[in-house]
Order: sequence, then C-alpha cells, then structure tokens
Amino acid sequence: MREPHHRRGRRRHTRRVAGVVLTVGALALAGCAPAEDTPVLTWYTNPDDGGQAAIAEACTQEAGGAYRIETSLLPNEASAQREQLTRRLAAGDTSMDIMSLDPPFIPELAEPGFLAPVPDDVQQQASEGTLEGALAGATWKDTLVTVPFWANTQLLWYRKSVVEEAGLNMDEPVTWEQIIEVARTQDKELGVQGARAESITVWLNALIESAGGQILENPEAPADEVKLGLDTDAGRAAAEVIGTIGKERLGGPGLPTQAENEAMLLFQGDKGSFMVNWPFVWPATNASVEEGALPESLIEDIGWTTYPRMNADDPAAPPLGGINLGVGASSEHHELAFDAIQCITTPEHQAEYFVTNGNPPAHEEAYADPQVEEDFPMAPVIRESLDLAKPRPQTPYYNEVSTAIQQRFTPPSGVDPNTTPAQTGQFITEVLRGEALL
Amino acid sequence: MSTTAPATRSRRADRPVKSERTKAQARLGWLLAGPAFFIMVAVIFYPVVQAVWDSLFSYRLTAPSEREFIGLGNYGTILTDQVFWSALGVTALVTVVTVAVELVLGFILALIMHKAIKSTRGLVRTAILVPYGIITVVSAYAWYYMFSIDSGYINNWFAWLPGIDSDLNWFAQSPTALIVIMLSEIWKTTPFISLLLLAGLAQVPDDLSEAASVDGATWWQRLTRVILPNMKAAIMVATLFRALDAFRIFDSVFIMTNGAYGTEVLSLLAYRTSIGRLEIGLGSAVSVILFLCVGLIAFAAVKIFKVDLARGQGGAK
Repeated sequence: MREPHHRRGRRRHTRRVAGVVLTVGALALAGCAPAEDTPVLTWYTNPDDGGQAAIAEACTQEAGGAYRIETSLLPNEASAQREQLTRRLAAGDTSMDIMSLDPPFIPELAEPGFLAPVPDDVQQQASEGTLEGALAGATWKDTLVTVPFWANTQLLWYRKSVVEEAGLNMDEPVTWEQIIEVARTQDKELGVQGARAESITVWLNALIESAGGQILENPEAPADEVKLGLDTDAGRAAAEVIGTIGKERLGGPGLPTQAENEAMLLFQGDKGSFMVNWPFVWPATNASVEEGALPESLIEDIGWTTYPRMNADDPAAPPLGGINLGVGASSEHHELAFDAIQCITTPEHQAEYFVTNGNPPAHEEAYADPQVEEDFPMAPVIRESLDLAKPRPQTPYYNEVSTAIQQRFTPPSGVDPNTTPAQTGQFITEVLRGEALL
Repeated sequence: MSTTAPATRSRRADRPVKSERTKAQARLGWLLAGPAFFIMVAVIFYPVVQAVWDSLFSYRLTAPSEREFIGLGNYGTILTDQVFWSALGVTALVTVVTVAVELVLGFILALIMHKAIKSTRGLVRTAILVPYGIITVVSAYAWYYMFSIDSGYINNWFAWLPGIDSDLNWFAQSPTALIVIMLSEIWKTTPFISLLLLAGLAQVPDDLSEAASVDGATWWQRLTRVILPNMKAAIMVATLFRALDAFRIFDSVFIMTNGAYGTEVLSLLAYRTSIGRLEIGLGSAVSVILFLCVGLIAFAAVKIFKVDLARGQGGAK
C-alpha cells in the first residue's frame, strides 16, 4: 500500500531538517575546534581565585600555537579532588594532561604508574632553586614524580597584646609548653585544629616530626609490612600536647569540630591568643577588616613566627602543603604537558600567583619579588619555614593512615598519651591488612 | 511422564484462549514498556550483579594487579567488625525514630490539609510542601549552620532551656548530633508522608464518618475505628516508602558530621570504603549488605504487613 502523500511529505521534510541540523552542528563543532589543530591540554585545577586559569591563558599565549591549555575545575575538598583524579586515572582517562595534586596523595598515584615519568631535563629545572620541603613533597622513592608549583606551610600566629601581657619573647623560638602556659594563665584559647578532618593529621605529624619521630617508620613498604611510629616517645609527647589542650578546653568549646577556618575565627575573637594555620588567614583577616566585620586594630595586633617546637633545643617541623603538577600516564600529550608545566612553574608565575591568590611559591627566587614582600610581610618566615617543613607520611595508603588517625585522635579531649598512640598504631595495622573497616 | 502429561494438559486447558485483541494489547504493552524495562535492567540489574561479583574479591582500585578472589572473606571482615554494627545501629535508630515521628506529624498535617477551608487550602498545602521541595544537601547545610557553634543561633535562642548554652557543640557528640540530623530529616520529609496520607484520607468515604457520628461515636472513636482502618493501605505504603528512604540516609550525615563522633550510617560507610578508600571489593560487600537490608525491609512490609502496592484503598487485608 502506498503511503498517503502528506505522510511522505512530512518524512521528506523531517529528513531535510535533520540534514540541516547535522550540517549546522558540524559547522558549529568546526568553529569550536582550535585553529590549525592546536593540541588542547586539560589542566585539572583545584579551586582558587582564578590564578591558575590566568597562568593557563598566559602560557597558551607564550606557546605561540604549540598548545592551548584549558582548565577544568576539581571539587573544593582535597579528599574529593583525590577521589575524582584517582578514578579518572584508574579508568585511563586520556584527558589527564596536567593535574594540580595535593602532595600527600602523590605516592598513591605514583606507585601504580598512574603518573607519567618526569623527563630528566624537567626534573633538573624543577630541582634548581626549589625549596627543600616542596621538593620532598614532590618525590616518591627518591625520584621526582611531579613538579612543585606552589608550597604551603603553617606559621605560629599570635596576638601581640597577649604575648606582651604574658611577657613572652617572640624573637626566640617558642615551644608548645610555653603557649599552653600562656593560654592557661591569661584565660585565652588556642587556635588549633581538633576536628575529625585532615587538619588533625597535619597537626599530629608536625608534633611528632618536631619531637624527632615519624608516624610511619617505613612509609614506602607494602601495606602489610608498614611499621608505625606512633607508640614511641615522640608519639606519646605529641599525644600529650593534643590531649592537654583538649582536656583543659584550651582550644575552646568548638575544638572537636574546629578546622582551619574555625580556628581563624577563634583567633580573631576576644579569646584569641595563638594559632597555627596556613598563610590564607592573613588576606582573609585583612578582607574582613576592610569589610568592617573586624576592628582595624586587629591587624596591628597580629604577629607571626615559625611553628612552635616540641623541645626548646630541637627545630620545629612545620606542616607542608601546596600543589604539585603531574601528568597522567594515559595522557596523549606527555611532551607538551611537561612543556606547559615548565611555563606554569616559572618563578615569575609563582610570584604572581602568590600576590594574586595568596599561595606561597615553591621556588626561592619568587620570594625576592618586591610585590611579594609588600603584600605578604611574613613571606621571609614562610620561606624559612618551607626549608624546615616535613611532609606527611609518604605512602600509597595515606588515606587509610590519615583517616584512622582522624578517628582515634578526635575529640582531642579523649586523647590519652598512654593508650591512644598504641591503639591507633594497632588499628592502622589491622586496616592496612584488610582485617578491619575504617 | 505419563502422570504429568494430563496435569500439563489440564493447566493449558485452564488458560483462557487469548483473543486477537488481547494479543495485540499485550504486544503493544511490551512495545511501550519494553524499552524502559531493558534500560532498567541495564542500569540497575547489571550494577547490582557487578557489585555482588566485586564483593567476592580483595580489590583496590590503585592496585588492580593484586586483585584476588577471597570468596565471602569481605563479608566476614564486615560482619565481625564493630564499625559495621555501630553504623547499622545508628541507621536503624534514625529509621525508626524519623519514620515514627513523621507518621504522627504527617497525619496531623494531612488532617489539616484535608480539613482546611477552601479559600486557604491551596496556601496551606503549598506551605506544608515547601520543605520537601528543598534539595536535601541545601536543607542539611541550613540545619548545620543553625546549630553550628561558630555561626549558629540556636544556642543563643534556646539558652534558657536546661542543657543548652553558648558552649554546647551539637556536632561533637553522638546524641546531640543525631538529634539535629533526625530533626532535619523529619522537617524535610514529613510533607512526603503527609501527602501520601492525604491521598488515603481523601479516599475514606465521608458517609462512613457521618454514619458513625449518627451512631454516637466520639471524634476519637471515628478516627481510630473508622478513618484509620480505612486508610491502612495508605499508611503502610507511606511507612514502607519512607522507611526505605530513611534507611539509605546519606546527605544529612555527610554534610553535618561526615560520620564523626558516632554518627556513621551504612550508606556513608559504603561510600567511604568504595570511593574514599578505593577498596572496591570491601565497599561492594558493604553495599550488598545495605541492599539486602533494604530488600528485607521491603519484603517484611509486603509479606508481614500484607501491603499490596498494586492496589489503592483497601489493599491491606
């Protein structure tokens, strides 16, 4: 049976429309494509104030058509960034050209070969002039597996009025015992991080390293052979500091849920005395003062120095943070990606990134930038601290180690130096052997 | 064989002969429902089978070469671990408390919506349904900030109540944290229950209530002897749906405490094991156990309470 005329007509019309849509779509795609087949490099960036996107744009210009960098934003939390990157890498995603990586998670990605090897010339360039702490965080099994982009560390921030009242000389290195005593006698609170989050591991690691110990004694070992350094003199001394601050409520009533941001709010308040925290607190406090949310006198009252020591005679071991750049093994543009990384990590770009986004450079030269010194008067202390900074345990099982510590060392008031380190060590061992849930 | 053949024949004979029209309708039914059925099988059945299969392995996403078949080993690890039983206990507690409170509140709201005078009926229904229209994550953040010790106002407003003062950190211990989590759940999903109960309420004929009234029944007697028995099916469906939903609670806990201080629930444990720890095998086993628990609740509701989801009013016998 022949089709009715109007139906045939409608079908012909539909075909024509579909043809036009396809043609327009193809033209639109062609219009979106980079000119002359310029390779596009995807840079997975952690959230910032737009600094990485600006550097991507600058490097695209400098490349003169060799490549074009497009940024792709990762989630807010470092743990969520790790989850996304790891799953993409495990699935062999070919778009993993450049990745902004949090240092503690680098061994987990390097061990199974998810990261492309860094070429010798790039390794050499990255090593020259880069601060010790930043290099340590970019290394796995004595090889540079990523390139340091910016490096972060914590300082000891203090209220000048409080230390003056207490008669503490801040030109000399101070110990945890001293600042605890000031908080006790002056009826003040300490801006430390006691929340069940990554920040408690950051704090514990700094305390143990400064006391001469390590959370893991052989971090490069396989899961069932890892030896814990928690149940040691250093581990117990660290637990003593956390437990004392918790039990005596020296961290304020919010300590069990207090991470970096909450610690800053506490420090800015009437009970503020000392705080260990990342440099972001400086621009954040200045912004609050400019908005009129905080009094102007607060800025004048804030001082800074190196992270507190555990023992007066041994150096501090400030926490190490920051971002390193890695290239995914499954990327189709290894060579171009490393070229782009060399452009991104120049001292000039690092200095600019510090000034515009508040993230300290990994390269020594960037600290000499006059604009850096003007905007961040504490830059020299940051630079010195980065030489002292110690990374968190560099193990492919960092997530397990850190989560177990978070569960056992919080709330701080429940930390007992005689039992907590030993029990945590036992717990981590069982988790790593697959015998316990986390 | 000879004994079974007549039985087969008789079963066949019992079947009504399908007319051409019935066959055509069945064909059309398959054509309409078939694609959806196959898509459902693809997106639900396949992942469930994959999860069951993965749960039999020791398999970490970052160490694919070390993947090893361990049978029911993961289940043994989970079922002998206190973390699992604690999470199961918290999940069950949240389910029982929230569903019970929501049923009572939901019924009151349904009565209000049912009885509201015509001019305000639309406004009342809209106002009651607003919380249900809010995304759970947004609701969780709102409740978190309300009770937060840094930025919350609850401690100031209710400082006159015993046990509440400016130093109370709601999220630092299990009882107070769970109270906030359950309050947010109740606030958010009571409208859902009330909507289902309203549907049941609307199906109870007014004649029955009026007849009872004429016979001298009090308001309470009419409620308990006439209205509630006649909307039993709606109550059971509301309870079942909400219980299944409550048992899978994730968002509120994830946002408010991330499972800290005794607030871990099963969904969060499955997420942290599979996605956080990248332990695909162990995490799949937790997910399978969660799936079995949800299946058990559904089975219990359908078989023990005799809920007939296919029928509307009067489905419960």
